[in-house]
Amino acid sequence: MKPAPFTYHRPATLDAVLDLLAAHGADAQILAGGQSLGPLLNLRMAMPEHVIDINDLADLGQMRRRDDWFEIGALVRHHAVATSPEGRRCMPLLAAAVGTIGHYAIRQRGTMGGSLVQADPAAQIPLVALALDAEVTIQSRRGVRSVPVADFVLSAMEVALDDDEIVTGLGFPLQSPTQGWSFQNFCRRRGDYALASVAVILDLAEDGTLADLRCCVGGTAPVAQRLADLEAGARGHHPTPAWQRDTAQQIAATVPAEDDSKATEAFRREIVEVLSIRALAEAVKRARVSEVQP
Amino acid sequence: MTGPARREITLSVNGERRSLTVAPRKLLSDALREDLILTGTHVGCEHGVCGACTVLIDGRPARSCLAFAVQMEGHEITTIEKVAEGGEFSPLQQALHDHHALQCGFCTAGIIMTFQAFLAEVPDPTEDEVRDVLSGNLCRCTGYQPIVAAILSAARVMRGEGQA
Repeated sequence: MKPAPFTYHRPATLDAVLDLLAAHGADAQILAGGQSLGPLLNLRMAMPEHVIDINDLADLGQMRRRDDWFEIGALVRHHAVATSPEGRRCMPLLAAAVGTIGHYAIRQRGTMGGSLVQADPAAQIPLVALALDAEVTIQSRRGVRSVPVADFVLSAMEVALDDDEIVTGLGFPLQSPTQGWSFQNFCRRRGDYALASVAVILDLAEDGTLADLRCCVGGTAPVAQRLADLEAGARGHHPTPAWQRDTAQQIAATVPAEDDSKATEAFRREIVEVLSIRALAEAVKRARVSEVQP
Repeated sequence: MTGPARREITLSVNGERRSLTVAPRKLLSDALREDLILTGTHVGCEHGVCGACTVLIDGRPARSCLAFAVQMEGHEITTIEKVAEGGEFSPLQQALHDHHALQCGFCTAGIIMTFQAFLAEVPDPTEDEVRDVLSGNLCRCTGYQPIVAAILSAARVMRGEGQA
């Protein structure tokens, strides 16, 4: 239960981090909040030769609204996102979901970039980032690139990040104030990774029908699932309670799910259905008909 | 013995500057207990689940088993030893005592550190909020009821709303 020996680096600038990654990338781990890496090191499931501590990079700890985007540095702590007044106003789905990560003490240290790169199949950030069409900013000595989160998370615990690269931030398109949204998850114990979770975002047209629906399910497959066909088919429907029930059944029947040590496939589908009913109902309740543009 | 060299570091713990020589892999929890002989911080699971080793880093609660001592240069660490200043119980300690909210006491230091920070941030929490935060600290003795009662009572005292 003690980490294997490693060489510790505490660079003061992003340039220094990129140099270290260029030199040691394949044998190095970036240490941000340490709330996922710490257990992996203590259990010796990870034994890197080099640990690069990025906690001194204050620039990566900033979040701000810029035009139609909310930009969050990779080192911003979960607690800061969950409790930021501006974040809760502009990014309510993200703030609500991040507020359910782990526990109070875990959220003080855990970071946005760290959770995303960890890419646990049941984690909150990969799921809501997919629902919100987030962009991931990645840097290395070779340059800067930006990738949609849908192309970044490849499989369970696997992301499209080369050995010499670091995630420096996430960009989220702002949610509109009239948008309905909901995040629902089910854990056996509070703070555990969820057996399943559902994120819903919807916009209503002037006549009260669905102008847009986004629906993502996490925890049932190696990566969070965006239900594109179901989303396309929902447009133009009145989101009545009957429609919500039918749609929840459809979501539960559509998502990939398997038996595993934590839950049977049937149980998982049942959880997804219940969470979907709750999520759709809450999102519809929160949605406002868009005001007519002059 | 091979491996990365030990290094001398200076930590600020409970307002005092303390020098120690540690390997980079030395957990903050072990440095506190073994090098600084501050054994009030307990070590349970050593992978961030149980909450027993919770201390404050720059005033915010954190698992000391998920931080390395070398990372803590330049940061202020507060442990349970700082809480009862001058031998007087803090309101939270007094409430835990009065409500019989501990038996073996192994989890208690972590709970006090967690809620010292939480009650400073949220002085008037609901019972649900207290239970949500308490979910990060495992207690195998009490069944949690007296701990919840003690925290709500301590919050009242800290707000100046009468006795525990």
